[in-house]
Amino acid sequence: MSAVLQVEGLRKHFVTKKGFPKPKTVTVRAVEDVSFTIGEGEAFGLVGESGCGKSTVARALLRLIEPDAGRVLYRGEDFRAANGAALKNFRRRMQIVFQDPYSSLDPRQSIGSALMEPMRVHGIAEGAEARRRAGALLEEVGLPPAALERFPHEFSGGQRQRIGIARALTVEPELIIADEPVSALDVSVQAQVLLLMKELRQRRGLAFLFVSHDLSVIRWFCDRVAVMYLGRIVEEGPAGRVLADPMHPYARILRDASPLPDPARRAELPRIIGEIPSAANPPPGCPFHPRCPQAMPVCSTTLPRWTIAPGEGQGGVACHLHG
Amino acid sequence: MSAVSDDPLVAAEVAPPPPSPWKRALGKARSNPTTMIGALICLLILAGAVLAPWISPYDPADQDIINRLQPPGGDYLLGTDQFGRDILSRLLWGARISLSVSLSAILAAMVIGGAIGMVSGYIGGRFDLFVMQVMDVLLSFPSLILGLIVVALLGPDLVNLIVAIALTAIAPFARIARAPTLALKERAFVEAGRALGYSHTRIIFRHILPNITSEVMVMATLWLATAVRVEASLSFIGLGVKPPTPTWGGMTRDGFENILDAPWLAVFPGIAILLLVLGLNMVGDGLRDATDPKLRNE
Repeated sequence: MSAVLQVEGLRKHFVTKKGFPKPKTVTVRAVEDVSFTIGEGEAFGLVGESGCGKSTVARALLRLIEPDAGRVLYRGEDFRAANGAALKNFRRRMQIVFQDPYSSLDPRQSIGSALMEPMRVHGIAEGAEARRRAGALLEEVGLPPAALERFPHEFSGGQRQRIGIARALTVEPELIIADEPVSALDVSVQAQVLLLMKELRQRRGLAFLFVSHDLSVIRWFCDRVAVMYLGRIVEEGPAGRVLADPMHPYARILRDASPLPDPARRAELPRIIGEIPSAANPPPGCPFHPRCPQAMPVCSTTLPRWTIAPGEGQGGVACHLHG
Repeated sequence: MSAVSDDPLVAAEVAPPPPSPWKRALGKARSNPTTMIGALICLLILAGAVLAPWISPYDPADQDIINRLQPPGGDYLLGTDQFGRDILSRLLWGARISLSVSLSAILAAMVIGGAIGMVSGYIGGRFDLFVMQVMDVLLSFPSLILGLIVVALLGPDLVNLIVAIALTAIAPFARIARAPTLALKERAFVEAGRALGYSHTRIIFRHILPNITSEVMVMATLWLATAVRVEASLSFIGLGVKPPTPTWGGMTRDGFENILDAPWLAVFPGIAILLLVLGLNMVGDGLRDATDPKLRNE
């Protein structure tokens, strides 16, 4: 399986100056040394609690915010070095679906115009041909072509999300970055939108980077998954293995905190102590050690190395328990 | 395709599409009597100005020396001035100056100020800080004083008058355009545009501009009233369009010389200014209320 997207050592720090008259520099380490690879047609999940930097990864990959360091290779080509026409070309290959369907569409632009504009900008189609394609895309996401004439405020959240997906498909991308695509929707609508994305994935052979905090969604949708904590990936591997038999204590707590449909298998809810620390002032050593039930003295001093999990293609973990 | 749409779009297809935000705002403004009275006043004055060559009873420059300082009524409906010129005709012709100067000045200020505000807000950072400080400096001059300085420097003529008034109105337009731009650029559709490879120019003019026009248009109506006032004030102190061209401010000033024996000379142009400013303010307030998201029930 060839890699569609390779991310190596991605880093993004947000620097702000606070205070008067002596401003103090506050550095929020939103993303620290994140690396992963997404294969062709693969759905890669990125999971973690709020504020762990998963959305920042999604945006930094697309250079919607410029990453500070690291490499983003799209089919072996350096996306971060691209400019002008080359960058525009890359934009066709990777698209994003946003979390909030209410702000992701221009309120003063008709759906038809919103779908035809990217085609015109990229010289894919114009006029009647663009219109035909836009109508076909709407049908593909389960909306009638009559929706072309309408405006975003006439649609529900789920319908808007479908339109957002259709817009991402206008430029025929190979990879879709879905940033919490269903977390703003009702549960019943979530299932429909997820189903739609899974169908599109099969029909079009799309690769996905699926950012979510919902393990059950990740389990259902993704082939591989990476668990993020405080800007770092702490465990990565096949979704089945990571979610059933996590190696990292944090991943285990996440798994146990997610509800299981089978009451017989339900165990006592584990306690996770404290809040996620501020990324502006991360703890030394392993970022998880202040909350880790299995913390050892070494955890508070040394950042754990990346350890390959036993077995072929089982991913890896950053934890002293396995180091 | 197994996916079904999640709620009854079918029903929406039968019902007529809900009106666009603009139509809704206009409908709301129409139901407000104050706005409609204001609009009526403005339209009447506009009609008077446009039709002045055909409807004014006399040439505004014709002097009927024998009938100078005639009181209202009789041959001259609103009387004559100290040179025997017909007040009504001069008022109608004066409306042309008042309206054309204010309209072109506000149009220029809207385009320039709006562009400055949008670009500044969109770029943000130090650039934005610098631009807005310059605007604050402009804003700290009262419009009349700024207009005075510009006209005094450039000399009083029609174009300079427009430049002067436009200059006083650029800063408020920059501000009114910048504020919603700051909010809009954080919305996901702007990010989506960037992810789709749209240029910044395209995002600013195709996606941000249509979303701020209502705010800017409301501002324009309100500032039109200010522009009319500034134009009248500058004409009043002799820095407007030069006589014998009739201007409302100039007529008021001329009338002052005879205020005791012929008060109508100053009163009628004064009323004209009052009506136009009042009408514009009524329309502006009505439009503002109609487009105010807090009052709009969504």
